Amino acid sequence: MTARQVLSSVVVAAILMFVLPVFFDVLNLTTFAAYALLALSLGFVWGYGGILCFGQTAFYGLGAYVYALTAINTGEAWSGFFLAILLPALFAAILGAMMFYGRLSDVYLAVVTLVVSLILFRFMNHTAGEQWVIGEARLGGFNGIPGFPTLHIPGDPEAYIYDENLYYFTFIVLVLCYLLTRWLLGSPFGRILVGLRENEQRIELLGYDVRARKTAAFAFGGGLAGLAGCLYANAAEIITPELFGLGLAAEIIIWVIVGGAGTLIGPMIGAAVLGYLKFVLGLRAVKEVFGRENPLEATLVFGTILILFILFLPRGMVPSIRDWLGRARLGRGGPRRSSRRRRTQAERARPNA
Amino acid sequence: MTINRRQFMQGATAASALATVPSVAMGADTIKFGSILDTSGIFEAYGKPMEKAHRLAIDEINAAGGLLGKKIEMIPYDTQSKMALYTQYARRMTRKDKVDVIHGGILSASREAIRPSLRKAKTLYFYNTTYEGGVCDRNVFCVGTTPAQQSAILVPEAIKRWGKKIYVLAADYNYGQITTNWIKHYAKEAGGEVIQADYFPLNVSDFGSTIAKIQKAKPDMICAVLVGLAHLSFYRQWAAAGMKKKIPIATTTMSSGNEHKILTPSEGDGIVVCQSFSPQADFPSNKAFLAAWKKKFGHTNDIHEIAASSYDGVRLWAEGVKKAGTLDRMKVIQALESGISYTGPTGKVTIDGKTHHVTHDMHLIEVKNQTLTIAKSYSQIPPSDTQRVCDLEKNPNDTKQYEIKI
Amino acid sequence: MDLAAVVVYEVLYTIAFLALISAGLAVVFGMMRVINLAHGEFVLLGGYAAIVSHNTLGIDIFVSMLVIAPLVVAAFGVVAERLIIRFLYGRLINTMLATWGLSLAMIGGFTLIFGPTTTSIKAPIGGFAVGDYSLSGYTIFIIASAIGVILLIFGVLKYTRAGLIARGAMQSADMASAFGYDTSKVYMVTFAAGSALTGLAGGVLAPLVGIGPTAGLLYIAKAFITVISGGASVVSGLIASSGFFGIVSQLVTFATNSVIGEIGLLVAAVILLRLLPTGISGRFFRNRL
Repeated sequence: MTARQVLSSVVVAAILMFVLPVFFDVLNLTTFAAYALLALSLGFVWGYGGILCFGQTAFYGLGAYVYALTAINTGEAWSGFFLAILLPALFAAILGAMMFYGRLSDVYLAVVTLVVSLILFRFMNHTAGEQWVIGEARLGGFNGIPGFPTLHIPGDPEAYIYDENLYYFTFIVLVLCYLLTRWLLGSPFGRILVGLRENEQRIELLGYDVRARKTAAFAFGGGLAGLAGCLYANAAEIITPELFGLGLAAEIIIWVIVGGAGTLIGPMIGAAVLGYLKFVLGLRAVKEVFGRENPLEATLVFGTILILFILFLPRGMVPSIRDWLGRARLGRGGPRRSSRRRRTQAERARPNA
Repeated sequence: MTINRRQFMQGATAASALATVPSVAMGADTIKFGSILDTSGIFEAYGKPMEKAHRLAIDEINAAGGLLGKKIEMIPYDTQSKMALYTQYARRMTRKDKVDVIHGGILSASREAIRPSLRKAKTLYFYNTTYEGGVCDRNVFCVGTTPAQQSAILVPEAIKRWGKKIYVLAADYNYGQITTNWIKHYAKEAGGEVIQADYFPLNVSDFGSTIAKIQKAKPDMICAVLVGLAHLSFYRQWAAAGMKKKIPIATTTMSSGNEHKILTPSEGDGIVVCQSFSPQADFPSNKAFLAAWKKKFGHTNDIHEIAASSYDGVRLWAEGVKKAGTLDRMKVIQALESGISYTGPTGKVTIDGKTHHVTHDMHLIEVKNQTLTIAKSYSQIPPSDTQRVCDLEKNPNDTKQYEIKI
Repeated sequence: MDLAAVVVYEVLYTIAFLALISAGLAVVFGMMRVINLAHGEFVLLGGYAAIVSHNTLGIDIFVSMLVIAPLVVAAFGVVAERLIIRFLYGRLINTMLATWGLSLAMIGGFTLIFGPTTTSIKAPIGGFAVGDYSLSGYTIFIIASAIGVILLIFGVLKYTRAGLIARGAMQSADMASAFGYDTSKVYMVTFAAGSALTGLAGGVLAPLVGIGPTAGLLYIAKAFITVISGGASVVSGLIASSGFFGIVSQLVTFATNSVIGEIGLLVAAVILLRLLPTGISGRFFRNRL
């Protein structure tokens, strides 16, 4: 990535950061920024590493729980903040090593990751009793953990970072993570990773240790997801086992698909747009257009949108828009070829496509 | 960029200044009532009737001339059975809609997700669901029943009828575990004993091996604290195994999702329930409630206990506002704390000023041919569990949810 | 001794339950490499069909469960296949996501049509006793249904011409169409057959579990794990993995409690896939049915 690209990304991000709050509530924006980071983590692992992780929620939930438990025990936020990156990354490294050194791939890998997050889900739900304590913190079971200390200015546990400031903080963290991921993809490691996605055997025959690289990529994604969990915990001020659940696990994949797998910006946009859509679907305006009894189920709308997307825009929003812009710029003649070429590329970008 | 930022910050300061202005000073011509419930997703069967109850109560109050001469405007939010949406909508209600009161929340987690922020935003909150007890917060009123209210009646009565050995089957979460502790407590008091307590995750629907285990333990009765759709399978598999005639079942939860209407008579008949509401209760205030519900929504099949207490919640709040003569939050709280009561679908409900919980009339109910027949009624049972730990008269700044040690 | 018999009985039931709810998914995955994430809702649709046809239309309960439910779900499966899935063949992930969307839409649809609450029918067979223990007679019917379903799949694939064509088309679609078979039609019929099996599962399970709009979640994760762990061979994979998981989860449940039983099943799945990265049949029953 060149200095100019970094600069332009930062400028665009800064403008967005200050313009968005004019139109949207900052708590929404903070939540969506955390979602976006979570989507970025899967966008990296899946879209670039070719690892279809169905249980990215495992690391996300772990990040949130590690943060809350540490914060309650230490009374301050920052050790928890860093542990919420490190422990999920470590967990992902162990899980990844187990899977990649066992040559697990494809749907089998998807199932194992899904099952791991379901195990955490079941376990956390089971921890309502008094015996489930870590230090001073109760695990809380189904009801989750409320009331943990939230982020504050380092050194002063009373000076909380909240509201607008928490939004700025979350947004800046998101941008930094994005830049870091971009940088990583531009490095030799990232190039080999992409090559590996395209043809694992070839990379292996070239003498690279595929398993170690996949494990490292998976751990990096786990760390990002853990950080996202920590940021979400700070916005919501309560965490529940739902963070590990099947519903969210599927939703992340939907964010990535709708935004566009094989890009980094796409999954982030997908997360924010769908997060907002979900928010809007519960509002009165939407509920009452269709009459008082509200026959319009939020789930029905959400499901239909998803089906339509897969059928008509299978590559996601960002690649389609990019294509469309490219076509507009090129004028007639060129676009068709370029779109066909891109399509095959994007399809290759999808594992098992 | 600097200008942008400065302008934005000015706007934000103005907005937050606006948010702190007390709602009475707004001079709005309607009273804004925020309703936040899961009316879609997996908790829809609980949330939809609760939302209807809000509508019914508000329409009735409006038809009778409103409150303080103003109409109540209901602003509903559907949290879609997602905890994350609670925080987001609560914020919208306090910042953008500037509601005068918020009613809602189903799971305890959903209540805890919004309780702190509503307190900070100084918005009065009513939580109208049966839950595990222990919330002690002056900004919150908990109108649903708590475990002590149910088991204090159910357990001694069941022991008197069937014998001393109890096998407890409970949902594996906070409500289930705490209720089980109360069952143990009251069983001991009545000279009985809980010989075994098994917990089940909410998604477990196969009870075959449990039924075999129960037969091995040979209890005199089952005490069920099972919750939700999957757990419903227990009653059916129990009947299918022919166990219903051998070991009777008492429960604190069975009809809260109208499960007795799903079970066939041969599966459900004879199960004993304790709760505050029954559609078959034939005192006048309940009949009036059912008639109004039928008129508005066509049928009364979907009413359950927490819908009735949601209705009670709205009515109690309205009584408080009437008595206070203003919408000022502190004055309404003080009026409610003075021990306001209302007689509605569940009988007489009275607010306990010390705990902000509610004294209920409880009913011992037998399931008979898919109806809830009242066998015996108990007048004015106090929320004795929360009373052990919470005294808001002494500690008005308490905000904890206590875990009640028995 | 009685207790041992009861344990065996419950283990058999759990195996049958897993095999039933996974059979349709296994056919569709094994033959077409399509994972239908709306599978749980297909089960529910079968349940609803059986309940409506018995309770509302007054049709005999066994006819409702064994005939009406599969037919209704098969018909629905054909519609879903023609409108959505056929455009996505060969794109495993896209079919998963589109069917996930279908699942959400079906949940919404069920709520619209049947309301948010659960419905049910009464089990048509009573209980019986083994020594001191009472057992559900209906369980035997479930076990028999599961055996019937497995025999049916095996028989059709192995001994009928349709099964042969289907297997051929799945192995090499180009070759099959070169021989003049319409592969698109083969896919459609296979999907319909898988849907019918799923509907049958919903029908026969309806008397044991409650059928409500969101109950599909109870089935999808279990069926998904069972099918993937079984691997690509339809029949042997299905038998092996439902047998394995049934034994593990029930024995653990007996020994401890159902929380640990559930977690035991999941841990077993992780270990199994770590050791056999392409499922049980990928290792032991390769190239068999």
